[in-house]
Amino acid sequence: MIVETSDLWRTFGGVAAVAGVNFRLEPGELRCLIGSNGAGKSTFFKLLTGQLRPSKGHISILGRQTTTSQPFEISRLGVGIKTQVPNLFEGLSVRENLHLAARRTHAGKAARLAAEAMLEDIELADRAGVPVRELSHGQRQWVELGMVLVSEPKLVLLDEPAAGMTQAEVERTAMLLQRMRKDRAFIIVEHDMHFVRNIAERVTVFHRGRILVEDTMEAVTSNAEVRNAYLGQKFGKDHD
Amino acid sequence: MKTELTSPAFIAALVIGGAIVFAAPLFLETYDLFNFTVFAIMAMLAISLNFVWGIGGILSLGQALFFGLGGYAYAITAINLGSGWGLLAAIAVPCLFALIVGYVAFYGRISDVYFGVVSLTISLILYNFVNSTSDAFYTIGAARLGGYNGIPSVPPIQAPWAAQPLGFEAMYMLCALTALVFYLGVRLFVRAPFGRVIVAVRENDLRAELLGYDPRYHRLVVFAIGAAMSGLAGAFFAAWGAFIGPETFSVSFAAQAIIWVLFGGLGTLIGPVVGALSVSWFTTWLGEVRLLDPNIALGLLFIISVLLVPNGMVPALRRVLERLRIVKQRADT
Repeated sequence: MIVETSDLWRTFGGVAAVAGVNFRLEPGELRCLIGSNGAGKSTFFKLLTGQLRPSKGHISILGRQTTTSQPFEISRLGVGIKTQVPNLFEGLSVRENLHLAARRTHAGKAARLAAEAMLEDIELADRAGVPVRELSHGQRQWVELGMVLVSEPKLVLLDEPAAGMTQAEVERTAMLLQRMRKDRAFIIVEHDMHFVRNIAERVTVFHRGRILVEDTMEAVTSNAEVRNAYLGQKFGKDHD
Repeated sequence: MKTELTSPAFIAALVIGGAIVFAAPLFLETYDLFNFTVFAIMAMLAISLNFVWGIGGILSLGQALFFGLGGYAYAITAINLGSGWGLLAAIAVPCLFALIVGYVAFYGRISDVYFGVVSLTISLILYNFVNSTSDAFYTIGAARLGGYNGIPSVPPIQAPWAAQPLGFEAMYMLCALTALVFYLGVRLFVRAPFGRVIVAVRENDLRAELLGYDPRYHRLVVFAIGAAMSGLAGAFFAAWGAFIGPETFSVSFAAQAIIWVLFGGLGTLIGPVVGALSVSWFTTWLGEVRLLDPNIALGLLFIISVLLVPNGMVPALRRVLERLRIVKQRADT
Protein backbone atom coordinates (compact mmCIF):
# COMPACT_ATOMS: atom_id res chain seq x y z
CA MET A 1 0.00 0.00 0.00
CA ILE A 2 1.35 3.45 -0.94
CA VAL A 3 -0.83 5.46 1.43
CA GLU A 4 -2.98 4.22 4.26
CA THR A 5 -4.84 6.19 6.90
CA SER A 6 -6.83 4.64 9.70
CA ASP A 7 -9.50 6.42 11.72
CA LEU A 8 -7.88 9.80 10.95
CA TRP A 9 -9.29 12.82 12.78
CA ARG A 10 -8.41 16.48 12.86
CA THR A 11 -10.47 18.89 14.92
CA PHE A 12 -10.27 22.69 15.18
CA GLY A 13 -11.82 23.98 18.40
CA GLY A 14 -14.28 21.09 18.60
CA VAL A 15 -15.18 21.15 14.90
CA ALA A 16 -14.02 18.01 13.05
CA ALA A 17 -12.56 18.98 9.66
CA VAL A 18 -11.47 15.37 9.10
CA ALA A 19 -13.62 12.83 10.95
CA GLY A 20 -12.44 9.24 10.97
CA VAL A 21 -11.09 8.86 7.44
CA ASN A 22 -9.91 5.41 6.32
CA PHE A 23 -8.13 5.88 3.02
CA ARG A 24 -5.99 3.57 0.87
CA LEU A 25 -3.98 4.19 -2.28
CA GLU A 26 -2.61 1.30 -4.32
CA PRO A 27 0.76 1.44 -6.15
CA GLY A 28 0.56 3.28 -9.48
CA GLU A 29 -2.94 4.59 -8.80
CA LEU A 30 -4.03 8.15 -9.64
CA ARG A 31 -6.75 9.29 -7.27
CA CYS A 32 -8.62 12.58 -7.32
CA LEU A 33 -10.15 13.96 -4.13
CA ILE A 34 -13.22 16.10 -4.69
CA GLY A 35 -15.80 17.72 -2.45
CA SER A 36 -17.38 21.07 -1.70
CA ASN A 37 -15.58 23.82 0.22
CA GLY A 38 -15.14 22.75 3.82
CA ALA A 39 -15.56 19.05 2.99
CA GLY A 40 -12.15 18.34 4.59
CA LYS A 41 -10.08 17.42 1.55
CA SER A 42 -7.49 20.19 1.98
CA THR A 43 -7.15 19.43 5.70
CA PHE A 44 -6.72 15.76 4.78
CA PHE A 45 -4.02 16.82 2.27
CA LYS A 46 -2.22 18.84 4.95
CA LEU A 47 -2.33 15.85 7.30
CA LEU A 48 -0.76 13.64 4.62
CA THR A 49 2.01 16.18 3.93
CA GLY A 50 2.84 16.79 7.60
CA GLN A 51 1.70 20.42 7.56
CA LEU A 52 -0.89 19.51 10.21
CA ARG A 53 -0.77 16.91 12.98
CA PRO A 54 -3.76 14.57 13.34
CA SER A 55 -5.86 14.82 16.50
CA LYS A 56 -6.30 11.04 16.34
CA GLY A 57 -5.50 8.13 14.03
CA HIS A 58 -2.56 6.94 11.96
CA ILE A 59 -0.98 7.69 8.60
CA SER A 60 1.38 5.37 6.74
CA ILE A 61 3.14 6.45 3.53
CA LEU A 62 5.34 4.15 1.44
CA GLY A 63 5.40 1.65 4.30
CA ARG A 64 6.51 4.16 6.98
CA GLN A 65 4.50 5.59 9.86
CA THR A 66 4.33 9.35 9.16
CA THR A 67 1.64 10.38 11.65
CA THR A 68 3.96 12.78 13.48
CA SER A 69 6.55 13.35 10.74
CA GLN A 70 7.70 16.80 9.60
CA PRO A 71 7.04 17.79 5.95
CA PHE A 72 10.75 17.45 5.03
CA GLU A 73 10.83 13.91 6.45
CA ILE A 74 7.79 12.93 4.37
CA SER A 75 9.34 14.53 1.29
CA ARG A 76 12.55 12.54 1.82
CA LEU A 77 10.60 9.27 1.62
CA GLY A 78 10.13 10.05 -2.07
CA VAL A 79 6.98 12.16 -1.91
CA GLY A 80 6.54 15.16 -4.21
CA ILE A 81 4.24 17.82 -2.77
CA LYS A 82 2.57 20.81 -4.41
CA THR A 83 0.47 23.10 -2.25
CA GLN A 84 -2.69 24.96 -3.29
CA VAL A 85 -1.05 28.41 -3.41
CA PRO A 86 2.04 28.42 -5.68
CA ASN A 87 5.03 28.00 -3.38
CA LEU A 88 8.19 29.02 -5.20
CA PHE A 89 11.50 30.75 -4.54
CA GLU A 90 10.22 34.00 -6.01
CA GLY A 91 13.53 35.83 -6.35
CA LEU A 92 15.34 32.89 -7.97
CA SER A 93 15.23 31.96 -11.64
CA VAL A 94 13.16 29.12 -13.10
CA ARG A 95 16.36 27.11 -13.60
CA GLU A 96 17.51 27.67 -9.99
CA ASN A 97 14.09 26.65 -8.64
CA LEU A 98 14.25 23.38 -10.58
CA HIS A 99 17.91 22.83 -9.72
CA LEU A 100 17.25 23.21 -5.98
CA ALA A 101 14.50 20.61 -6.27
CA ALA A 102 16.65 18.25 -8.35
CA ARG A 103 19.56 18.44 -5.92
CA ARG A 104 17.61 16.59 -3.24
CA THR A 105 17.80 13.38 -5.24
CA HIS A 106 20.49 13.95 -7.88
CA ALA A 107 24.16 14.70 -7.26
CA GLY A 108 26.22 17.41 -9.01
CA LYS A 109 25.97 17.31 -12.78
CA ALA A 110 23.03 14.89 -12.75
CA ALA A 111 20.96 17.51 -10.89
CA ARG A 112 21.78 20.15 -13.51
CA LEU A 113 20.89 17.75 -16.33
CA ALA A 114 17.62 16.76 -14.63
CA ALA A 115 16.71 20.45 -14.18
CA GLU A 116 17.49 21.18 -17.87
CA ALA A 117 15.38 18.19 -19.00
CA MET A 118 12.49 19.36 -16.83
CA LEU A 119 12.76 22.87 -18.34
CA GLU A 120 12.02 21.23 -21.70
CA ASP A 121 9.22 19.07 -20.27
CA ILE A 122 7.36 22.06 -18.82
CA GLU A 123 8.14 24.02 -22.00
CA LEU A 124 9.80 26.92 -20.20
CA ALA A 125 13.37 26.50 -21.51
CA ASP A 126 13.18 29.95 -23.12
CA ARG A 127 12.39 31.50 -19.73
CA ALA A 128 15.01 29.56 -17.74
CA GLY A 129 16.88 32.63 -16.49
CA VAL A 130 13.80 34.67 -15.56
CA PRO A 131 12.92 35.12 -11.84
CA VAL A 132 9.74 33.12 -11.24
CA ARG A 133 7.96 36.18 -9.82
CA GLU A 134 7.87 37.53 -13.38
CA LEU A 135 5.99 34.52 -14.79
CA SER A 136 2.24 34.21 -15.39
CA HIS A 137 0.12 32.26 -12.90
CA GLY A 138 -0.08 29.22 -15.19
CA GLN A 139 3.67 29.20 -15.80
CA ARG A 140 4.32 29.44 -12.06
CA GLN A 141 2.08 26.41 -11.50
CA TRP A 142 4.06 24.46 -14.11
CA VAL A 143 7.39 25.44 -12.53
CA GLU A 144 6.13 24.09 -9.23
CA LEU A 145 4.86 20.94 -10.92
CA GLY A 146 8.31 20.59 -12.49
CA MET A 147 9.94 21.01 -9.05
CA VAL A 148 7.72 18.27 -7.67
CA LEU A 149 8.43 15.84 -10.50
CA VAL A 150 12.15 16.53 -11.11
CA SER A 151 13.11 14.62 -7.96
CA GLU A 152 11.50 11.45 -9.43
CA PRO A 153 9.07 10.93 -6.52
CA LYS A 154 7.31 7.60 -5.96
CA LEU A 155 4.19 9.38 -4.72
CA VAL A 156 2.92 12.78 -5.87
CA LEU A 157 0.52 14.88 -3.78
CA LEU A 158 -1.02 17.85 -5.62
CA ASP A 159 -3.43 20.34 -4.09
CA GLU A 160 -5.47 22.03 -6.84
CA PRO A 161 -2.82 22.04 -9.60
CA ALA A 162 -5.28 23.68 -12.02
CA ALA A 163 -6.47 26.44 -9.67
CA GLY A 164 -6.75 29.87 -11.30
CA MET A 165 -5.83 28.58 -14.78
CA THR A 166 -7.51 29.33 -18.09
CA GLN A 167 -9.20 26.41 -19.86
CA ALA A 168 -6.27 26.10 -22.27
CA GLU A 169 -3.83 26.04 -19.35
CA VAL A 170 -5.94 23.41 -17.56
CA GLU A 171 -5.80 21.15 -20.62
CA ARG A 172 -2.06 21.65 -20.95
CA THR A 173 -1.58 20.81 -17.26
CA ALA A 174 -3.63 17.61 -17.69
CA MET A 175 -1.48 16.66 -20.69
CA LEU A 176 1.69 17.42 -18.76
CA LEU A 177 0.58 15.19 -15.89
CA GLN A 178 -0.40 12.33 -18.22
CA ARG A 179 2.99 12.58 -19.92
CA MET A 180 4.88 12.43 -16.62
CA ARG A 181 2.63 9.83 -15.09
CA LYS A 182 4.97 6.84 -15.54
CA ASP A 183 4.22 4.29 -12.79
CA ARG A 184 3.90 6.84 -10.02
CA ALA A 185 1.03 7.05 -7.55
CA PHE A 186 -0.85 10.37 -7.43
CA ILE A 187 -3.30 12.01 -5.04
CA ILE A 188 -4.80 15.14 -6.54
CA VAL A 189 -7.17 17.47 -4.70
CA GLU A 190 -9.14 19.35 -7.36
CA HIS A 191 -12.26 21.49 -7.80
CA ASP A 192 -12.16 21.72 -11.59
CA MET A 193 -14.40 18.84 -12.77
CA HIS A 194 -13.24 19.23 -16.36
CA PHE A 195 -9.68 18.60 -15.21
CA VAL A 196 -10.75 15.68 -13.00
CA ARG A 197 -12.62 14.04 -15.89
CA ASN A 198 -9.48 14.41 -18.02
CA ILE A 199 -7.14 12.59 -15.66
CA ALA A 200 -8.97 10.65 -12.95
CA GLU A 201 -9.23 6.88 -12.77
CA ARG A 202 -10.81 6.66 -9.34
CA VAL A 203 -12.35 9.49 -7.36
CA THR A 204 -12.81 9.93 -3.61
CA VAL A 205 -15.65 12.27 -2.64
CA PHE A 206 -15.28 14.04 0.70
CA HIS A 207 -18.30 15.36 2.56
CA ARG A 208 -18.33 16.86 6.05
CA GLY A 209 -14.90 15.46 6.91
CA ARG A 210 -15.73 11.91 5.83
CA ILE A 211 -15.38 9.84 2.69
CA LEU A 212 -18.82 9.77 1.07
CA VAL A 213 -18.03 7.60 -1.96
CA GLU A 214 -14.98 6.06 -3.62
CA ASP A 215 -15.42 4.86 -7.19
CA THR A 216 -14.74 5.49 -10.87
CA MET A 217 -15.57 8.93 -12.30
CA GLU A 218 -18.60 7.54 -14.17
CA ALA A 219 -20.00 5.84 -11.10
CA VAL A 220 -19.44 8.91 -8.94
CA THR A 221 -21.12 11.31 -11.36
CA SER A 222 -24.19 9.09 -11.53
CA ASN A 223 -24.38 8.59 -7.75
CA ALA A 224 -27.49 10.34 -6.37
CA GLU A 225 -25.95 10.91 -2.95
CA VAL A 226 -22.90 12.61 -4.50
CA ARG A 227 -25.11 14.71 -6.79
CA ASN A 228 -27.08 15.91 -3.78
CA ALA A 229 -24.01 16.63 -1.66
CA TYR A 230 -21.70 18.19 -4.23
CA LEU A 231 -22.00 17.56 -7.93
CA GLY A 232 -25.53 18.93 -8.26
CA GLN A 233 -24.41 22.53 -8.00
CA LYS A 234 -21.08 21.77 -9.65
CA PHE A 235 -22.59 20.18 -12.73
CA GLY A 236 -24.98 23.10 -13.11
CA LYS A 237 -21.88 25.14 -13.95
CA ASP A 238 -19.42 22.70 -15.47
CA HIS A 239 -21.35 19.97 -17.25
CA ASP A 240 -20.66 20.02 -20.96
CA MET B 1 29.59 31.18 -9.65
CA LYS B 2 33.04 30.69 -11.09
CA THR B 3 32.54 33.27 -13.81
CA GLU B 4 31.61 36.02 -11.37
CA LEU B 5 34.40 35.34 -8.89
CA THR B 6 37.00 35.24 -11.65
CA SER B 7 35.59 38.15 -13.65
CA PRO B 8 38.18 40.87 -14.44
CA ALA B 9 36.00 43.58 -12.85
CA PHE B 10 35.73 41.69 -9.54
CA ILE B 11 39.44 40.85 -9.44
CA ALA B 12 40.39 44.44 -10.33
CA ALA B 13 38.10 45.82 -7.58
CA LEU B 14 39.57 43.34 -5.11
CA VAL B 15 43.19 44.15 -6.01
CA ILE B 16 42.66 47.93 -5.93
CA GLY B 17 40.60 47.78 -2.71
CA GLY B 18 43.09 45.40 -1.11
CA ALA B 19 46.06 47.60 -2.14
CA ILE B 20 44.45 50.72 -0.61
CA VAL B 21 43.63 48.87 2.61
CA PHE B 22 47.09 47.37 3.01
CA ALA B 23 48.97 50.47 1.93
CA ALA B 24 47.06 52.56 4.50
CA PRO B 25 49.76 52.23 7.22
CA LEU B 26 52.21 53.95 4.84
CA PHE B 27 50.28 57.21 4.66
CA LEU B 28 48.07 57.23 7.77
CA GLU B 29 48.90 58.76 11.14
CA THR B 30 48.88 56.40 14.13
CA TYR B 31 45.63 57.96 15.40
CA ASP B 32 43.90 57.38 12.04
CA LEU B 33 45.26 53.84 11.86
CA PHE B 34 43.86 53.25 15.33
CA ASN B 35 40.43 54.43 14.10
CA PHE B 36 40.61 52.44 10.88
CA THR B 37 41.29 49.31 12.94
CA VAL B 38 38.03 49.72 14.80
CA PHE B 39 36.23 50.51 11.51
CA ALA B 40 37.45 47.16 10.17
CA ILE B 41 36.21 45.45 13.34
CA MET B 42 32.80 47.11 12.93
CA ALA B 43 32.78 45.99 9.28
CA MET B 44 33.29 42.41 10.54
CA LEU B 45 30.26 42.79 12.83
CA ALA B 46 28.22 44.29 9.97
CA ILE B 47 29.16 41.41 7.65
CA SER B 48 28.14 38.86 10.28
CA LEU B 49 24.78 40.59 10.89
CA ASN B 50 24.17 40.75 7.15
CA PHE B 51 25.11 37.08 6.85
CA VAL B 52 22.49 36.09 9.43
CA TRP B 53 19.79 38.62 8.49
CA GLY B 54 20.33 39.56 4.85
CA ILE B 55 21.50 36.15 3.55
CA GLY B 56 19.92 33.78 6.08
CA GLY B 57 16.71 35.77 6.59
CA ILE B 58 16.97 35.50 10.40
CA LEU B 59 15.88 38.75 12.04
CA SER B 60 18.65 38.83 14.65
CA LEU B 61 18.12 42.30 16.11
CA GLY B 62 20.42 41.49 19.02
CA GLN B 63 23.28 40.14 16.89
CA ALA B 64 25.69 42.51 18.70
CA LEU B 65 25.28 40.38 21.84
CA PHE B 66 27.60 37.80 20.25
CA PHE B 67 30.14 40.59 19.73
CA GLY B 68 29.93 41.29 23.46
CA LEU B 69 30.09 37.61 24.35
CA GLY B 70 33.15 37.19 22.12
CA GLY B 71 34.79 40.21 23.74
CA TYR B 72 34.15 38.94 27.26
CA ALA B 73 35.15 35.36 26.38
CA TYR B 74 38.41 36.67 24.89
CA ALA B 75 39.15 38.97 27.84
CA ILE B 76 38.49 36.32 30.52
CA THR B 77 40.37 33.55 28.69
CA ALA B 78 43.26 35.74 27.54
CA ILE B 79 43.82 37.05 31.07
CA ASN B 80 43.91 33.48 32.40
CA LEU B 81 45.42 31.45 29.56
CA GLY B 82 46.81 33.82 26.94
CA SER B 83 45.48 35.44 23.77
CA GLY B 84 45.57 32.29 21.58
CA TRP B 85 43.09 30.49 23.82
CA GLY B 86 41.23 33.78 24.12
CA LEU B 87 40.60 33.89 20.38
CA LEU B 88 39.40 30.28 20.39
CA ALA B 89 37.02 31.02 23.27
CA ALA B 90 35.77 34.15 21.47
CA ILE B 91 34.68 31.95 18.56
CA ALA B 92 33.47 28.92 20.56
CA VAL B 93 31.44 30.63 23.31
CA PRO B 94 29.17 32.76 21.05
CA CYS B 95 28.84 29.83 18.64
CA LEU B 96 27.75 27.48 21.43
CA PHE B 97 25.39 30.09 22.87
CA ALA B 98 23.85 30.61 19.41
CA LEU B 99 23.43 26.85 18.99
CA ILE B 100 21.46 26.67 22.26
CA VAL B 101 19.31 29.78 21.58
CA GLY B 102 18.86 28.85 17.92
CA TYR B 103 17.91 25.26 18.71
CA VAL B 104 15.18 26.36 21.12
CA ALA B 105 13.94 29.08 18.73
CA PHE B 106 14.11 27.35 15.35
CA TYR B 107 13.12 23.86 16.45
CA GLY B 108 10.39 25.48 18.57
CA ARG B 109 9.22 27.20 15.34
CA ILE B 110 9.36 30.72 16.81
CA SER B 111 8.35 33.12 14.03
CA ASP B 112 10.69 35.74 12.53
CA VAL B 113 9.45 38.83 14.36
CA TYR B 114 9.34 37.05 17.72
CA PHE B 115 12.88 35.84 17.17
CA GLY B 116 13.98 39.45 16.64
CA VAL B 117 12.39 40.41 19.94
CA VAL B 118 13.85 37.35 21.70
CA SER B 119 17.38 38.14 20.48
CA LEU B 120 17.09 41.75 21.65
CA THR B 121 15.69 40.62 25.00
CA ILE B 122 18.61 38.22 25.55
CA SER B 123 20.93 41.11 24.78
CA LEU B 124 19.22 43.24 27.44
CA ILE B 125 19.30 40.43 30.01
CA LEU B 126 23.06 40.06 29.46
CA TYR B 127 23.47 43.84 29.65
CA ASN B 128 21.73 43.95 33.03
CA PHE B 129 23.54 40.86 34.29
CA VAL B 130 27.02 42.06 33.32
CA ASN B 131 26.25 45.49 34.78
CA SER B 132 25.53 43.85 38.12
CA THR B 133 28.82 41.92 38.36
CA SER B 134 30.92 44.58 40.07
CA ASP B 135 31.22 42.46 43.23
CA ALA B 136 34.52 40.56 43.67
CA PHE B 137 32.42 37.38 43.70
CA TYR B 138 32.22 37.66 39.92
CA THR B 139 35.84 36.74 39.30
CA ILE B 140 36.93 33.97 36.96
CA GLY B 141 40.53 32.97 37.70
CA ALA B 142 42.47 36.22 37.48
CA ALA B 143 39.72 38.03 35.50
CA ARG B 144 37.28 40.19 37.41
CA LEU B 145 34.09 40.98 35.41
CA GLY B 146 33.92 44.45 36.95
CA GLY B 147 30.22 45.22 36.38
CA TYR B 148 29.56 48.51 34.61
CA ASN B 149 33.28 49.30 34.71
CA GLY B 150 34.01 46.37 32.37
CA ILE B 151 37.28 44.48 32.18
CA PRO B 152 40.37 46.69 31.78
CA SER B 153 43.89 45.63 30.81
CA VAL B 154 42.70 43.00 28.34
CA PRO B 155 45.88 41.42 26.87
CA PRO B 156 46.67 42.23 23.24
CA ILE B 157 46.89 39.47 20.63
CA GLN B 158 50.22 37.75 20.48
CA ALA B 159 51.24 35.12 17.97
CA PRO B 160 52.61 31.96 19.70
CA TRP B 161 55.92 32.30 17.82
CA ALA B 162 56.35 36.04 18.48
CA ALA B 163 58.22 37.64 21.34
CA GLN B 164 56.01 40.75 21.34
CA PRO B 165 52.24 41.25 21.01
CA LEU B 166 50.88 42.79 17.81
CA GLY B 167 51.58 46.49 17.41
CA PHE B 168 49.20 49.10 15.94
CA GLU B 169 50.09 48.31 12.34
CA ALA B 170 49.97 44.55 12.71
CA MET B 171 46.65 44.78 14.56
CA TYR B 172 45.24 46.95 11.78
CA MET B 173 46.45 44.44 9.17
CA LEU B 174 44.94 41.52 11.09
CA CYS B 175 41.55 43.23 11.38
CA ALA B 176 41.50 44.46 7.76
CA LEU B 177 42.56 41.04 6.48
CA THR B 178 39.94 39.25 8.60
CA ALA B 179 37.23 41.64 7.37
CA LEU B 180 38.32 40.87 3.80
CA VAL B 181 38.24 37.11 4.52
CA PHE B 182 34.73 37.49 6.02
CA TYR B 183 33.56 39.34 2.90
CA LEU B 184 35.04 36.80 0.48
CA GLY B 185 33.86 33.90 2.65
CA VAL B 186 30.25 35.12 2.61
CA ARG B 187 30.51 35.75 -1.14
CA LEU B 188 31.69 32.18 -1.72
CA PHE B 189 29.17 30.79 0.75
CA VAL B 190 26.08 32.20 -0.99
CA ARG B 191 27.21 30.65 -4.28
CA ALA B 192 28.04 27.23 -2.81
CA PRO B 193 25.35 24.49 -2.82
CA PHE B 194 24.68 24.85 0.92
CA GLY B 195 24.43 28.62 0.53
CA ARG B 196 21.87 28.26 -2.27
CA VAL B 197 19.70 26.19 0.09
CA ILE B 198 20.08 28.90 2.76
CA VAL B 199 18.85 31.48 0.21
CA ALA B 200 16.00 29.10 -0.73
CA VAL B 201 14.97 28.77 2.94
CA ARG B 202 15.02 32.57 3.25
CA GLU B 203 12.89 32.95 0.10
CA ASN B 204 10.27 30.34 1.05
CA ASP B 205 10.84 28.01 3.97
CA LEU B 206 7.69 25.95 3.34
CA ARG B 207 8.71 25.20 -0.26
CA ALA B 208 12.24 24.33 0.91
CA GLU B 209 10.77 21.98 3.52
CA LEU B 210 8.40 20.36 1.02
CA LEU B 211 11.45 19.65 -1.16
CA GLY B 212 13.04 17.77 1.73
CA TYR B 213 15.33 20.45 3.20
CA ASP B 214 15.10 21.01 6.95
CA PRO B 215 14.83 24.80 7.42
CA ARG B 216 15.45 24.53 11.17
CA TYR B 217 18.85 22.90 10.66
CA HIS B 218 19.88 25.34 7.92
CA ARG B 219 18.88 28.36 10.02
CA LEU B 220 20.75 26.97 13.03
CA VAL B 221 23.96 26.54 11.04
CA VAL B 222 23.78 30.11 9.65
CA PHE B 223 23.00 31.54 13.08
CA ALA B 224 25.92 29.69 14.72
CA ILE B 225 28.41 30.72 12.00
CA GLY B 226 27.20 34.35 12.24
CA ALA B 227 27.63 34.27 16.03
CA ALA B 228 31.18 32.93 15.69
CA MET B 229 32.00 35.74 13.23
CA SER B 230 30.57 38.38 15.57
CA GLY B 231 32.45 36.81 18.48
CA LEU B 232 35.79 37.06 16.70
CA ALA B 233 35.05 40.72 15.93
CA GLY B 234 34.31 41.23 19.64
CA ALA B 235 37.64 39.63 20.57
CA PHE B 236 39.52 41.96 18.21
CA PHE B 237 37.63 44.89 19.72
CA ALA B 238 38.60 43.88 23.27
CA ALA B 239 42.23 43.34 22.22
CA TRP B 240 42.32 46.61 20.25
CA GLY B 241 41.18 48.84 23.11
CA ALA B 242 42.50 46.57 25.91
CA PHE B 243 38.99 46.84 27.33
CA ILE B 244 35.54 45.28 27.09
CA GLY B 245 32.44 46.69 28.80
CA PRO B 246 28.73 45.89 29.15
CA GLU B 247 27.74 48.57 26.61
CA THR B 248 28.48 45.98 23.90
CA PHE B 249 25.24 44.30 25.05
CA SER B 250 23.25 47.55 25.00
CA VAL B 251 20.33 48.32 22.70
CA SER B 252 22.13 51.37 21.31
CA PHE B 253 25.09 49.27 20.17
CA ALA B 254 22.75 46.61 18.69
CA ALA B 255 20.89 49.42 16.89
CA GLN B 256 24.14 50.82 15.47
CA ALA B 257 24.94 47.50 13.78
CA ILE B 258 21.41 47.40 12.34
CA ILE B 259 21.78 50.97 11.01
CA TRP B 260 25.11 50.13 9.30
CA VAL B 261 23.55 47.18 7.51
CA LEU B 262 20.33 48.96 6.52
CA PHE B 263 22.20 52.11 5.45
CA GLY B 264 24.62 50.13 3.26
CA GLY B 265 22.08 47.69 1.86
CA LEU B 266 20.68 44.61 3.60
CA GLY B 267 21.31 41.39 1.66
CA THR B 268 23.99 42.93 -0.57
CA LEU B 269 27.52 41.71 0.05
CA ILE B 270 29.47 44.97 0.06
CA GLY B 271 26.64 47.18 1.41
CA PRO B 272 27.11 46.37 5.11
CA VAL B 273 30.87 47.03 4.81
CA VAL B 274 30.18 50.39 3.17
CA GLY B 275 27.57 51.12 5.87
CA ALA B 276 29.85 50.21 8.77
CA LEU B 277 32.84 52.15 7.43
CA SER B 278 30.96 55.29 6.39
CA VAL B 279 28.68 55.53 9.43
CA SER B 280 31.51 54.72 11.88
CA TRP B 281 33.70 57.34 10.24
CA PHE B 282 30.81 59.85 10.28
CA THR B 283 30.04 59.37 14.00
CA THR B 284 33.76 59.52 14.89
CA TRP B 285 34.09 62.76 12.93
CA LEU B 286 30.98 64.18 14.65
CA GLY B 287 32.51 63.32 18.01
CA GLU B 288 35.69 65.19 17.06
CA VAL B 289 34.03 68.38 15.78
CA ARG B 290 31.27 68.26 18.42
CA LEU B 291 28.68 69.46 15.94
CA LEU B 292 25.85 67.16 16.99
CA ASP B 293 25.34 64.32 19.45
CA PRO B 294 26.37 61.15 17.52
CA ASN B 295 23.30 59.21 18.75
CA ILE B 296 20.91 61.91 17.48
CA ALA B 297 22.85 62.01 14.20
CA LEU B 298 22.56 58.20 13.90
CA GLY B 299 18.81 58.38 14.48
CA LEU B 300 18.43 61.11 11.86
CA LEU B 301 20.60 59.20 9.41
CA PHE B 302 18.49 56.09 9.95
CA ILE B 303 15.19 57.93 9.36
CA ILE B 304 16.51 59.76 6.29
CA SER B 305 18.05 56.66 4.72
CA VAL B 306 14.90 54.55 5.32
CA LEU B 307 12.75 57.26 3.73
CA LEU B 308 15.02 58.16 0.79
CA VAL B 309 16.99 54.97 0.09
CA PRO B 310 14.96 52.15 1.68
CA ASN B 311 17.09 49.45 0.02
CA GLY B 312 20.35 51.05 1.15
CA MET B 313 23.12 53.09 -0.44
CA VAL B 314 24.77 50.34 -2.49
CA PRO B 315 21.59 49.28 -4.38
CA ALA B 316 20.74 53.00 -4.87
CA LEU B 317 24.20 53.70 -6.32
CA ARG B 318 23.89 50.67 -8.57
CA ARG B 319 20.58 51.99 -9.91
CA VAL B 320 22.10 55.40 -10.59
CA LEU B 321 25.06 53.81 -12.42
CA GLU B 322 22.68 51.62 -14.43
CA ARG B 323 20.63 54.68 -15.48
CA LEU B 324 23.79 56.55 -16.46
CA ARG B 325 24.86 53.55 -18.54
CA ILE B 326 21.48 53.49 -20.33
CA VAL B 327 21.63 57.25 -20.97
CA LYS B 328 25.16 56.89 -22.37
CA GLN B 329 24.10 53.97 -24.58
CA ARG B 330 21.20 56.02 -25.98
CA ALA B 331 23.50 58.98 -26.59
CA ASP B 332 25.99 56.74 -28.42
CA THR B 333 23.31 55.31 -30.70
